Amino acid sequence: MSTASTSVPSSPARGAGAPLLEVDDLRVQFRTGSGLVNAVNGVSYTVSEGETVAILGESGSGKSVSAQAIMGILDSPPAEVTSGRIVFEGRDLLTLPEEEQRRVRGPGISMIFQDALSSLNPVYSVGFQIGEMFRAHRGTSRKEAKQHAVELMERVRIPAAKERVNDYPHQFSGGMRQRVMIAMALALDPRILIADEPTTALDVTVQAQVMDLLKDLQRDTGMGLILITHDLGVVNEVADNVAVMYAGRIVERGTVDEVFGNPAHPYTDGLMRSIPQVEVKGGRLQPIGGQPPNLAAIPSGCPFHPRCPKRRTGAEAAPGRDCVADVPPLRLVLPGREAACHYSEEVLDA
Amino acid sequence: MPDDSTGSTAAGRAAEADRRAVSDAADAATRPVHAPGEVLLEVKDLKKHFPLTQGIVLKRTVGHVRAVDGVNLRLRRGETVGLVGESGCGKSTVTKMLVALEKPTDGQILYKGDDVTKLSGRGLKQYRREVQIIFQDPYASLNPRMTVGDIVAEGWSVHADIAPKKGRLQRTQELMERVGLNPDFVNRYPHQFSGGQRQRIGIARALALQPEVIVCDEPVSALDVSVQAQVVNLLEDLQEDFGLSYLFIAHDLSVVRHISDRVAVMYLGSIVEEGTEDQVYGSPSHPYTQALLSSVPVHEPHLRGLKERIPLEGDVPSPANPPSGCRFRTRCWKAQDICAAEAPALVDRGQGHPSACHFAEARHVVPTE
Repeated sequence: MSTASTSVPSSPARGAGAPLLEVDDLRVQFRTGSGLVNAVNGVSYTVSEGETVAILGESGSGKSVSAQAIMGILDSPPAEVTSGRIVFEGRDLLTLPEEEQRRVRGPGISMIFQDALSSLNPVYSVGFQIGEMFRAHRGTSRKEAKQHAVELMERVRIPAAKERVNDYPHQFSGGMRQRVMIAMALALDPRILIADEPTTALDVTVQAQVMDLLKDLQRDTGMGLILITHDLGVVNEVADNVAVMYAGRIVERGTVDEVFGNPAHPYTDGLMRSIPQVEVKGGRLQPIGGQPPNLAAIPSGCPFHPRCPKRRTGAEAAPGRDCVADVPPLRLVLPGREAACHYSEEVLDA
Repeated sequence: MPDDSTGSTAAGRAAEADRRAVSDAADAATRPVHAPGEVLLEVKDLKKHFPLTQGIVLKRTVGHVRAVDGVNLRLRRGETVGLVGESGCGKSTVTKMLVALEKPTDGQILYKGDDVTKLSGRGLKQYRREVQIIFQDPYASLNPRMTVGDIVAEGWSVHADIAPKKGRLQRTQELMERVGLNPDFVNRYPHQFSGGQRQRIGIARALALQPEVIVCDEPVSALDVSVQAQVVNLLEDLQEDFGLSYLFIAHDLSVVRHISDRVAVMYLGSIVEEGTEDQVYGSPSHPYTQALLSSVPVHEPHLRGLKERIPLEGDVPSPANPPSGCRFRTRCWKAQDICAAEAPALVDRGQGHPSACHFAEARHVVPTE
């Protein structure tokens, strides 16, 4: 399989800096009792300074696994990165010894998770947990670390930070817990922040607060943000560029405006049509038929073909472009737009 | 993994024919004929206060969590009423009381004129048959040790009059087909199905007892985006075919708008605004509704800049110690002295639909094309 172009088209408005992180042809497999599960199958993208890249996909699309591979937090076994490069600050993380990886990632890349409560340790105060970053990576004293923790809590707009620094995670609301997580993630001024469904567990008004906070912090620090989500609305409001994932592959990418405004892949198109809008009651929804694929038995050819209304096979298909037999490469379909569909041009026209 | 059983070709046509058969059969059965639009379910000043206790052996009540504190709702035949609100607002407690899993502290639930809280024995059994529920989590709400067929048919062991013993397998398979499941999978177990398919099993189980009302407690929130629409469409079809009434509880405001005829917005145990889908979304008049709607991210790029965000400060107050007067006043930008002194009633203040705000004023929040 050819490695598709590795550059995410940069948005002219925001995030046109040099690439901070480059993921190239990443592949991750899980060895399970029921066989080999191919969770990530050749994913490439770059993140630049100040840029927000959204990885959009449903459960099982490989969006979280690819992020966990970047962070080096995959459980292996059963997981195994079988190929690819993860280049951060000019070095391929996957070729470094483990200790060295940790030294690079620790201060450089951090991650926040969907479920803040289970990501925090219930028996330590939040101040202690935020301060741990300074103690572990910078050898700061306990007292000083707590000082830093208060500053960080103020930065993520936790009210009465001084009084709350000794509180425990269960004493905070969901939105405040997520802010604690963000404070921990920002402690060492990372260049890249990976946010894995950061607002999925939160109510919509709190979600808006947290996303605003993340955007403000990004503006202040110039960090690159990788936003992993299934929520098209969040992507539209927050991200510059989007990569849509399906069955462990990127099936489409480009700027959010272009991808959402004029999808080039039938899957993206189907997603846009299947969700109700808050602006209008709207007519009947047009769901994507069928079920998301089983990663232990990914369909041949284009993995989306069993659910695709535009699939062509046999005599209907152009030579080498049979949806059931030929895997469509991620290719340039418009300037700055890539899609992995044999018939993108027709999807675009529709 | 079972293959796609949502029914497209031959199975789809069979399901179509079957849908009519089942619906005819259901109509001909015990279902009494009522005038369309009559009020089926009415909730009056419903309250649920959970005691807060201290001590291990000698438990003292030290306060109450006012989870639901004065809710009024009305559900007409064939109608869908959406109930929205953020976590902790009491919407799930309302659901539990409606399906008689929780006894209200105060207030009435009138079903066809009878007070459900006073029902017992045969009356309660009948009510529980006619008012069914679909749960949020299709993983936790199906017994992993029972086959799909047993799950769907379980209700008949209590309500034996609905399905004679002899034809139960066939009835189960008809129901499975109706909800878009392959009837050959009747002997499979829940873990062999995907999330969307499990939710269909839950729907078939609810339908098996020929209900009049289905309480849908976040029925699509756990599903993937592409599957969510399939289930929403199925619910709409079933409503049309069987004349069902839905109380649709969700936190996803877009889904609620899509499926509901009327919408009620809940905040901290009470309803702050109520009206038709168009009134509540098009001209929200309670500050909380406005803030809530303005927080919903829109997925159309060209609408992104058109929306004015109304930020809400702070968190929802504790229902154990709610603010005096208007519950929302601690976070409201319109709050004045009267808001702390007097709880605003849920009445129409000239904006065309009821709103529980002293200073209710319609405001356009959601961008339109």
